[in-house]
Amino acid sequence: MATLNADFTLPLRAFELELALDVSKTVALVGPSGAGKTSVLRVIAGLAQPSRGGVSLDGESWNGLPPEARRVGFVFQDYALFPHLRVRANVAYGAAGRPVDDVLTRFGIAHLAEAHPRELSGGERQRVALARALARDPAVLLLDEPLAALDAHTKTEVRHELAELLRDLGLPTLLVTHDYEDAAALADEVGVLVEGKLRQFGPPAELVARPRDAFVASFTGANLLRGRAQPGGGGLTTVRLEGGEEVFSVDEAEGEVGVVVYPWEVAVARAHEPDADSALNVVRGEVGSLVEIANRVRVRVGPLTAEVTAASAARLELARGGVAYATFKATGTRLVPL
Amino acid sequence: MSRRVLGGVAVFAASAVALGFLILPIVAVFARVSPGKLVGQLSSPVVTDALVLSLKTSVVAQALVLLVGTPAAYLLATRRFPGRSLAVVLVELPLVLPPAVAGIGLIAAFGRYGLLGGTLSFLGIRIGLTWGAVVMAVAFVSGPFYVRQAIAAFEEVDPDLVAASRTLGAGRARTFFRVYLPLARRGLAAGESLAFARGLGEFGATIMFAGSLQGVTQTLPLAIYQEFNFFPNGFTKALAMSALLVVVSGALLIALKVALQWQPSTRTSRFLFAPSS
Repeated sequence: MATLNADFTLPLRAFELELALDVSKTVALVGPSGAGKTSVLRVIAGLAQPSRGGVSLDGESWNGLPPEARRVGFVFQDYALFPHLRVRANVAYGAAGRPVDDVLTRFGIAHLAEAHPRELSGGERQRVALARALARDPAVLLLDEPLAALDAHTKTEVRHELAELLRDLGLPTLLVTHDYEDAAALADEVGVLVEGKLRQFGPPAELVARPRDAFVASFTGANLLRGRAQPGGGGLTTVRLEGGEEVFSVDEAEGEVGVVVYPWEVAVARAHEPDADSALNVVRGEVGSLVEIANRVRVRVGPLTAEVTAASAARLELARGGVAYATFKATGTRLVPL
Repeated sequence: MSRRVLGGVAVFAASAVALGFLILPIVAVFARVSPGKLVGQLSSPVVTDALVLSLKTSVVAQALVLLVGTPAAYLLATRRFPGRSLAVVLVELPLVLPPAVAGIGLIAAFGRYGLLGGTLSFLGIRIGLTWGAVVMAVAFVSGPFYVRQAIAAFEEVDPDLVAASRTLGAGRARTFFRVYLPLARRGLAAGESLAFARGLGEFGATIMFAGSLQGVTQTLPLAIYQEFNFFPNGFTKALAMSALLVVVSGALLIALKVALQWQPSTRTSRFLFAPSS
């Protein structure tokens, strides 16, 4: 499998983008908007010139090559389909005269060949953009927010299709997204990019299991509580939260820390019986919001978000304004520097 | 209440005056003499000579404007370089220049005793009193109308589409012809219609720089002026040529509106003329 190496510095308006990255499978760069994610793709594609370093594919340098001489398939955030060309002509644009019927069929857009881009739905546009990028026969695939332009319903479906496609292609793929869930669903490795620097890089599960800092933790979807840690007995660290409660963690820390707990590790109860619960940590709070997502419900209890099944939520008769207890285990409670 | 009625009447009256003032001279061109007589005048040598010269110089001048102006506008629209703003201002300057100043400027630059006069006569090129001089005057005053609009049209092309074209293997030249030109074509057409109309009516710079010689440098506007001024029976001829120019200019205006309105197979509006645009 080919390996794309990117090692460069690019001065941006507010900060310098500095990156060293090897891409051989699918890598996702996640981060807040304005973190420099799109600029990474632009440098690799030759659309922006770095002040130091550059890009190489299997050791062969691409430095100094114009975009048209680099074999990249670039899918733009809003897909950038040519509005004056029909779907077939869009896909054929980079195909260098090769017939594109196979590509159209493969992406299920053969019946749209004569349509204009503006007549297509979001999902169809995305498929045309992918087909166009791949008809060029690229060595590397670059995807800029591939799912951001889709509505929530289409998104889940397209995400699944895209994950399958990327697996089948086996191309070094770099995608950027502001949505950690998308990144985790699509990529083998995820890098968290903040103000032009990689905060953490690793498989999605590792970022969740061992977030390096408070930003990575909250970005990956965790609850983040602030508190003061103190070594306690029995290998437990005691943390006094800002709200006054004490919680325990098996992580070692001292001083100001961030307490990280993922929503799916938080249980919700109407009453709390300490002796009947293996979970050591309890936070009592008012039920804030209840958001139903498919068959799950996201419940806000005091400062914590918990994820419970819709059935449990109904059984507990949770209602906004009521009092509930959020419990979670010390083993599922991570401590990170703030 | 009565104040509101009064206000309404005032607005209506002002609109009627404005519209009447603008329309009356055009109507008068056609109403003064019978249509048969107007058409009859069109076959006189003065008129046919002027018509042929106007067409010939317009076509050549506009061909030059398109050929030179398009790359220049593309460069000014897509590149950032020091002095770019100054270059844009200089390109647009002839738009606001009085035609008499343009004429003097052309004489001072390319006339026999002008800046380049010596060089040109050394090369055996004489511009004054040739139809080439008319072409130069027309290109000078009308070119900026096209270039200005063309810059705007190229600037409006989505940079992502350009980037997409490049990553799909198309170099700068191919991207220009397959992305920039098709997407900017409405703006380019609009600019060119304006330039053509302005060039067709060119008078001041032409009469100063090229003179008014029938069959050589005398375009329709110059012929109208001459017939009206120097010949006792020239008024009817002047009217006939004016009517011709009104028709051609009107056609150009419609073409311009269509160019601005028309989108390839997406009619957002079914009306040919956009309301008050």
